[in-house]
Amino acid sequence: MISKKEKKKELIMQSALELFSLKGFYNTTIPDIAGSLKMSVGNMYNYFKSKDILAKEIIKYISIYLGSKLREINELDISTEEKTRKIIEIYFQTAMHKPEMIDYFLRIYLSTREVFKDGCEGMICVNEFVTEVMIYFEEGVKCGDLRDQDFFSAFGLFMGYLGGMVFLKGEDVLPKGLDDYIDDISYNVYKALSV
Amino acid sequence: MKNKVRVLWLSSIACNGNTHSFLNYPYLEQFLNDFEFIHHPVIDSEYTLKDIVSTNIACDILIIEGSISDEIKRADVKVVDTIKRYSKIVKKIVTLGTCATFGGIFRESGYKDTTGLHFVKEEKIDKFKNLVDKTISLSGCPVHPEVLVNTLYAIKKSVDLQLDDFLRPKDYFAYTVHNGCTRNEYFEYKVDKHQFGELEGCMFYDHGCQAPFTHGSCNKILWNEVNSKTRAGLPCMGCTEPSFPKNNLYGTKKNMGIPQELPLGVGKRTYLTLAGITKAFKIDRLEKKLFDD
Repeated sequence: MISKKEKKKELIMQSALELFSLKGFYNTTIPDIAGSLKMSVGNMYNYFKSKDILAKEIIKYISIYLGSKLREINELDISTEEKTRKIIEIYFQTAMHKPEMIDYFLRIYLSTREVFKDGCEGMICVNEFVTEVMIYFEEGVKCGDLRDQDFFSAFGLFMGYLGGMVFLKGEDVLPKGLDDYIDDISYNVYKALSV
Repeated sequence: MKNKVRVLWLSSIACNGNTHSFLNYPYLEQFLNDFEFIHHPVIDSEYTLKDIVSTNIACDILIIEGSISDEIKRADVKVVDTIKRYSKIVKKIVTLGTCATFGGIFRESGYKDTTGLHFVKEEKIDKFKNLVDKTISLSGCPVHPEVLVNTLYAIKKSVDLQLDDFLRPKDYFAYTVHNGCTRNEYFEYKVDKHQFGELEGCMFYDHGCQAPFTHGSCNKILWNEVNSKTRAGLPCMGCTEPSFPKNNLYGTKKNMGIPQELPLGVGKRTYLTLAGITKAFKIDRLEKKLFDD
């Protein structure tokens, strides 16, 4: 069971995510986050000692969230093609219902490396998510559906594509909702990765 | 003259690799004070194979070297019949080597239905089911002479050896070959960068090393008392395993970058989590040569 403190931490992370998404990472201060939760700044520091620590915890929180969703898909007894579609669905659903999460990943984690360089080296802070993507690839290759290749060439194709679409959506460039692209994108991704 | 333990070394479909390995045992003279071969294919012994197959000669231990098939004959008698004859006489049977234990490389020979005494690869066979209780398997291609000699002494002294599911003594086969490898630091930090024969790098990631999932004591009981394959810079080829020999022994089979076979008992998620962490760091010391050129 999650402890009371953990629940509170999650609440703080969720509020911080929303504020970062609204005002930007650098424009959001710890007092802002505390204020949005009607907490004292002093109390806030009982949970997170600094904004940088909070930033790292948030990316881990997102990775665990997405990783657990992907793990559910990986554990289903379905074809790689169906898994591909389900992963895309879950990614877009997250982008639609929890846009602050994907936003944080794309706009803050990937482009504010100075905050993450100590403690989030390599893929440490997104390990849960990357692990599940690796398993999806590996099992796809093993059952003969996907072409064996370097992990990053496949990972870049998959995540770059999805991230790009969500980014375009965020910029209000996409004429249609993300949902409307699921069929085509699933087809494209699977076709590109399959044998 | 003291009573020596009498051993019959029976060669079936074999390359005699275990014989060669055994001849490297450094204390052979001492061993031969305690044991005598009633017959051995290359060591002088009291009886010829012809004598062995035609009469029952007193014997304590039967060693079988090589794979078994109903078709193979020695001294004009089927090896399986000689096994049947002596299995009734001896106290213990030792299947010596991967061929005698699992069929090994001679499964590929022209002889029909080639197997080990009790196994064909991982699969148990019933042909000599009644001999299971008497058998100790020593797999390996070849078996380390110390493993053989120590096992024979254990039989001599009636030590109750604990065996694994393939009847192998846990004293030697409960470990993996990875245990004691001098390249463990490179394994831990996922540094392969190996050149065959060189001291640096772990061969698990790219060079086909099977040590992390192969049962054996090669890095605990060194070969010729000095070295092991992995220490010398060659990958472990998994020669003690039922699946031996596999193909492409010098390359690691990977699926999208993930090794197909992972260290024994390590789940995929555990492996990938650890890999993700260690790969994030570069340890300069492990990237360099140990000795300057």
